[in-house]
Amino acid sequence: MSTVAAPTPTAAARPKKRLTDRTRAERRFAATLVGPAVIVMILVTAYPIIDAFVLSLQRADLRFPSANKFVGLSNYGHVLSAPVWWQDVLHTAIITVISVGVQLVLGMLLALAMHRAIVARGALRAIALIPYGIVAVVAAYSWQYAWGLNSGWIPKLLGLSSDPLSHQFGTYVAIIVTEIWKNTPFMALLLLAGLALVPDELHEAARVDGATAWQRFWKITVPLMKPAILVALLFRTLDAFRIFDTIFIFNQGAQGTESISMLNYSTLLNRLNLGLGSAVSVLLFMLVALIAFVFIKGFGAGAAPGGEK
Amino acid sequence: VSEQGKKTAGWSAALVVVAVVSLVPVLWIVMLSLKTPASVTDGAFIPHHWTLSNYDDIFKAGVFTSALRNSIGIALIATTLAVILAAAAAYAIARLDFPGKGAILAVSLAVAMFPQISLVGPLYNLWRQVGLYDSWPGLIIPYMTFALPLSIYTLSAFFREIPWELEQAAQVDGATPFQAFTKVIAPLATPGIVTTFIIVFIICWNDFIFAISLTSTSTAQTVPAAIAQFPGLSQFTVPIGDIAAAAVVVTVPVMVLVLLFQRRIVAGLTAGAVKG
Repeated sequence: MSTVAAPTPTAAARPKKRLTDRTRAERRFAATLVGPAVIVMILVTAYPIIDAFVLSLQRADLRFPSANKFVGLSNYGHVLSAPVWWQDVLHTAIITVISVGVQLVLGMLLALAMHRAIVARGALRAIALIPYGIVAVVAAYSWQYAWGLNSGWIPKLLGLSSDPLSHQFGTYVAIIVTEIWKNTPFMALLLLAGLALVPDELHEAARVDGATAWQRFWKITVPLMKPAILVALLFRTLDAFRIFDTIFIFNQGAQGTESISMLNYSTLLNRLNLGLGSAVSVLLFMLVALIAFVFIKGFGAGAAPGGEK
Repeated sequence: VSEQGKKTAGWSAALVVVAVVSLVPVLWIVMLSLKTPASVTDGAFIPHHWTLSNYDDIFKAGVFTSALRNSIGIALIATTLAVILAAAAAYAIARLDFPGKGAILAVSLAVAMFPQISLVGPLYNLWRQVGLYDSWPGLIIPYMTFALPLSIYTLSAFFREIPWELEQAAQVDGATPFQAFTKVIAPLATPGIVTTFIIVFIICWNDFIFAISLTSTSTAQTVPAAIAQFPGLSQFTVPIGDIAAAAVVVTVPVMVLVLLFQRRIVAGLTAGAVKG
């Protein structure tokens, strides 16, 4: 991403005045080409988020439209003083941390396998990509029925006598397993991109010097891949934090698994409370921005992912 | 056993593990779709009685066929628009010298990280006012928007690899600018565009959150949203067989794309991740 971002040094150093006609024409052409995409992205995201902010300051309940009025920050007060908000933040955090952590480990193994496989590499990559391509709703249904005591093969395999989906712990395990299964391939691809940048010669040299595979992984691969690992973690964390599809299909947040997105959806579309729902939307947006900020400023992710620093 | 033989065996074992883990949930939903209503909750992995009646059911009921039509139409249009807009932007980013490339990256990155649910409330409200609720454009617009960042990254990574000097070389050799573009540059750019198209199509095809929030009838409801609202025989029965059959049908196109274009998808996603 750095290469898109960073203007070339020559461009930055060039004095501002004296644009030649050619430069000016080039810039005009560039603006024409880039304009539509940028305008679409800004219009479709910035306008609604501003609108969400405005709505969040109002009592806006679609069931009682005549009672609409400006209420200041009181919606935020309601959300932040409600135990359900903090519980859902906790649920979302638990699912995010565990599923992304496991995805990182499995994704790294898968990336190494995709990178180094000497047998049927094409087949390995194609098969490993399948969970990535599967519709999230389909993945959720498959795993939900697999875990169900009455319908599934997993309780039989594990010899369970009670329905794992009837209590909180079992439901968490099922949801997290679904997330891991679905998203590990994408994690692996993001890591594979970083792996491709580690020169083989370094490994060869270290091998000659007697380093074990384990040492080479930790001393060569991981440090060189650090930017790619951070970017992969950032993307996967933000995506996991928005978890919605799997929970909606499993139980719409019953059994204490409601995520922030799920809470947001039910406030907006089941209770039709746009004011309160928009406050949740804005808070979620701010949490996501905070996570991105911590990753980018704190760990330096995103600043220079990839090799072309 | 030779060293080479051991290695081959090890990699074959890894391949088997990956295949089992990746494919079992897919096979499971296929098996469910082939079970009879009476045996669908027997918990057996392999059906005792095989039937295609679930597929019969869903194709006879209008809900699924119209959802399939909506899914295909909406995903194709959104993908086409996103790839056209992104290709123009990516060409400028890869080839032209202009200020503000950093700002474009920042906007794209912000959109890529955006929690989609935060848009649902305002869009739901706005779409109802302007008549886009439960319509094709009502889904195409958000799909296209969220597909743009990845498309721009992937395409600019691909475009940067194209040896653009060839265009001038062809013109020196007497080709017109149009010929130089169609005969030299277009063939070089096509793989990147096809790859981006496939990746973006999969993303649009998979969406659930906008589909469930911004549609309500068969006018615009896509398959993932329709499946989640399949009516059971009664309020208390879940039509597992029908859901499974619909899930299989909606999965087949993606499976075909993934298996056919595996190399390109890997190249596209990794190129976007590294260089985008």
